[in-house]
Amino acid sequence: MKKEIPIISKIDRRSFLKIGTVGSAGILLGLGVRCTPSEKILDPAWFEPNVFVGLNEKGEVTIIAHRSEMGQAVRTSLPTIVADEMEADWSKVKVKQSVGDEKKYGNQNTDGSFTIRMFYEPMRKVGATAKLMLEQAAAKTWGVNVSECKAKNHKVSHSSGKSLTFGELAQAASELPVPDESLIKLKKQSEFKYIGKNQKIVDLADIVTGNTVYGMDAKIDGMKIAMISRCPVAGGKVKSFDKSEAEKVPGVLKVYQMEGVSFPTGFDKVLGGIVVVAENTWAAIKGREALKIDWEYGINRDYNTDSYNANLLKASNSNGTILRENGEVKKVLNKKGKVLDEVYTVPHLAHAQMEPPAALAYFDETGKCQIQAPTQNPRWVRDAIASQLEMDRENVIVNITLLGGGFGRKSKPDFVVEAAKIAKETGEKIKLIWTREDDIQHDFVNASGMHRIKVAIDENNKVTAWNQHGMIPSIGGTANPAAKQVGAGEMSQGMVDMPFDIPNLCLETHEAPTKTRVGWLRSVHNIHNAFAIHTMVDEIAEARGMDKVQNYLDLIGGDRIIPFDKMVTGFSNYGEDLANYPWDTARLKNVLKMVAEKANYGKSLPTGKAQGVTVHRSFLTYVACVIEVDLTEKGKIRIPEVHYAVDCGRVVNPDRVISQFEGGANFAASGALRSAITFKDGAVEQSNFHDYQVARMTDSPEKVFVHLVESDEKPTGVGEPPVPPFAPALGNAIFAALGKRIRALPIEADKLWA
Amino acid sequence: MATFKLTVNGQKKTLSDIPEDMPVLWVLRDVLDMKGTKFGCGKALCGACTVHLDGNAIRSCITPIAVAEGRSITTIEGLSENGDHPVQKAWVTHDVPQCGYCQAGQIMNAAGFLENNPNPSEKEIVSAMSGNICRCGTYNRIKEAIKTAAKG
Repeated sequence: MKKEIPIISKIDRRSFLKIGTVGSAGILLGLGVRCTPSEKILDPAWFEPNVFVGLNEKGEVTIIAHRSEMGQAVRTSLPTIVADEMEADWSKVKVKQSVGDEKKYGNQNTDGSFTIRMFYEPMRKVGATAKLMLEQAAAKTWGVNVSECKAKNHKVSHSSGKSLTFGELAQAASELPVPDESLIKLKKQSEFKYIGKNQKIVDLADIVTGNTVYGMDAKIDGMKIAMISRCPVAGGKVKSFDKSEAEKVPGVLKVYQMEGVSFPTGFDKVLGGIVVVAENTWAAIKGREALKIDWEYGINRDYNTDSYNANLLKASNSNGTILRENGEVKKVLNKKGKVLDEVYTVPHLAHAQMEPPAALAYFDETGKCQIQAPTQNPRWVRDAIASQLEMDRENVIVNITLLGGGFGRKSKPDFVVEAAKIAKETGEKIKLIWTREDDIQHDFVNASGMHRIKVAIDENNKVTAWNQHGMIPSIGGTANPAAKQVGAGEMSQGMVDMPFDIPNLCLETHEAPTKTRVGWLRSVHNIHNAFAIHTMVDEIAEARGMDKVQNYLDLIGGDRIIPFDKMVTGFSNYGEDLANYPWDTARLKNVLKMVAEKANYGKSLPTGKAQGVTVHRSFLTYVACVIEVDLTEKGKIRIPEVHYAVDCGRVVNPDRVISQFEGGANFAASGALRSAITFKDGAVEQSNFHDYQVARMTDSPEKVFVHLVESDEKPTGVGEPPVPPFAPALGNAIFAALGKRIRALPIEADKLWA
Repeated sequence: MATFKLTVNGQKKTLSDIPEDMPVLWVLRDVLDMKGTKFGCGKALCGACTVHLDGNAIRSCITPIAVAEGRSITTIEGLSENGDHPVQKAWVTHDVPQCGYCQAGQIMNAAGFLENNPNPSEKEIVSAMSGNICRCGTYNRIKEAIKTAAKG
C-alpha cells in the first residue's frame, strides 16, 4: 500500500487551548502523519494533525512530543529534526509532552522501534514549512521577493543585510496560508545543523537532580494507594478470602474483591483479585501481606516448564504447519552426507523495567476519568477504560508521564485499567502500585522458544537443506483461544525471513499452547529465532571447517532483494511495505564485513579467549555483532569487547543510537547470562531480582563499540535491533574458546568448566 | 506508631504517627512527598532507593525509619544545591541516563562510594556499583562517569 502524504495545516489556537503552552500569539502548525497502512482502517482520524510546532513573539519554539519517552530519547530526537529544518536555535526550543489524544495526535503507540522511522520525513517537512512561512512573512514585511530572504539560526535575513528575528516574524507568519507542499524545500544532508550530530537529552538535568515525574511519582491531593493480590496463575480466581487481619493494619481503608477475567485474559483486562486501599504505600503492602486468600487456579494450573518443553520436543518429530518451503527438504535430509540435528531453547523473559507498573486514576467533578500513567500506548488505555468502565472515551483523559523503562510492558493498559476501576469502585483518587513481585509474577512474558533445526551438508561441502521446527507459544494466544501456535506474522521476526540461499528449505511450526500472559519484549520473537538460527550457522561453519564470516557470506549468497511477501503467506515486514523497506542482502553482508574488520575478527587470542560473530536484520535495521569472551578465570564469563556494526539508514542523534546499542548489549546480556521465567503448577517461580536475575555491572560487557554505516537510506529503529544478535554471538564465542556449544539460555556458567 | 526526629537534606523534621517499621523510602516518598528517591524492588536488590544516612549509602527500602532517628539523611534532591556535585556533573558529561529511573540511586551510590574511596580502580568501581541495577544498561557510561568524577 502507498504511504499517504502528510498534511500540514495551521491550527486554530482557540480550539487548541488545552495544549496551553504555546502562547497567545504567533504561529502554530499541525501535521497529520499516518503510521502504518493498516492504521487507516483502525483509525479514521489518522489525517488529523499529530505533530505540533509553535512559535511565539518571544521567539520561543514549542514542539509537542506526542510519543512516550522511556529512554530512547524520542523527546529529544524528534524535536531536533524539526528545529534543524526550521533553522531554529536549539537553545530556544522547549519540548512539551502531549496528552493521549488520538484525534489530535493519531497513533501514539510507542512500540516496534518505529518513532524515527515513521516521523523523520514528516518532522522535516513541518520544520521546513515553518521556515518558509517565516521567510514569506519577512518578504511581505519588507516588500521584497521571498527568494531574497533566507532563514538562518532563528532569524530571517535579506540579501541587503537587514534581518528580523523569528519572534518578530511570528505574528506576520501566522497570518499567512500554509504554503503548498511543492514549495517546501528540504535541506541537503550537508546543510544539516542538528540531524546527524549528538544532542543531549532534554530531561538530562532533571534526571540527575531527581526532578522528573514518572508514573510511580504521579500525585494529587487526597490520593490513596492501592495494591492488588492477584491469583498466582493467570486466569485464576478468588475462591474465598479473609480480610480481618488486613483491616487491622493501621492505614488500611478498604479491602474488597475485584472481579477478573479467566484465561485467555487478553491484553487489557484486569486479572482481578483482592484490592487493598490504604493511606500510604507501606500500609498497603502490610495490609496485603495480612490477607488470607484461597484461590481457584483455573485452566493454567497444569503449566510446568519442564514437562511443557518435553512435550514440545516430542512434537518436533512430526510434521508441522509449513510457513515457507522450497525444494525437497525431507528427501535431501535422508540422503547420504552430513546431517546436523540440534535443539535450541530460550525461556520466557520478564521485562523487569526499573519502574514497576503504576498509575494514578480519579474521577473529576465533571465525571471525567483523569489518568496519569507511564504508558507506551495512551490510545489503548482510553479504549480499554472506556469499554470496561462503560463510559464515553472522550471522558477518559490520559496524561503521559515519563516511563521508568518500558521494553513493551507498558504498551499493555491492564494496570491503568486496574487503577481506573478501583477509583470508580471506591470513589477515591487512587494510585495503583505494583511491587516488583507483582511485576515479575504477573508480567506479559516474552514467548519461550524451542527450535529444532536439521541441516544437510553434501559431499561438496555445500549446505543443501535446512529444516526448522519452531515450537513457540503465540502472543495471540493471550487473547484468542484458537491461536494455539505461532503463524507467519509473528515468525516474520527472524524466522521466515531467514536470508540464506539454500536450495531445499522448510520452515514449520507446531502447536504450543499459550499458558500464561505472553506479550512482547524488546525484539520479541527475534530473541529465540536469532539464537537458534545463528547458533546453527556457527555449527554449520564448524562442520564445514570454514571461517565463520565466510560461512555466513556463503549462506547469504549473492546481493539481492528478497521478496518474502511472495514466498510467505502472511509475511510482515514490521508493518512496512517491502517496496519501501526492502530486504537487502547487500546491506546485511556489508554490516557483517564491517564488523569483522572493526573488531579485527579472527585476530589471534590466547587460550581461553575467543570471538563469536552473528548478523541479523530486525525492525528493518541491519546489525552485525562480534563478541570477545575471556574464559581464563574458571567460573567467570568475562566479555571484554562487543562490536556492533549497524545500518539503520540515516542517523538523527548518533550518541543516542550508540547508547541504545550499549544498553541493548547489556539488556541482551541479561537474557544470555541470567534471566529465565519458569512455571510450576501454573505460577511463576521467580519473584524479585534475587531469583529473576538481570545483568549487573559485574556481567556487563566491558567495552561496547558501535560502528554506524554512513547511509542515505530512510532511517529505521534502533531500540530493539541490538538484542537479537547478542546471545548467539556470545554462545559462538564460548564455543570458540572452550569447545562447549551453547544451545539453551541462559548460559549456565558453572557448567561450562564441568 | 511513634514520632521521629531526623534531618533530611539539612532540614530538621519531626514526623509523628509513623509506624516504626515503615522504611525510609516510603517516609520520603509518601510522608515527605519527596519523589526523587525511587522504588525498584523493596528488598535491597536493585539500589534504586539509595540515599545517604550520615554520609553512607544505604538502601532506603529496607531501612526502617526507627534506624534514622536523630540522624541525617541526604537524598538526590539534596546532594548538591545546583545539581553540580562532581558525580552529577560527570553524569551530564557522559550522557549516562536513558530512562533515568534508576539514576538517582546510581548517583547516590556512586557519590557515597567516592566519598570513602576517592581514587578507585576499575575493579573497585564495578564491585561497588554491582548492587545497582540499570535495566536500560547504562553501566558502561556509569563506569566512565565515576572515573571522571573521581578525577574532578
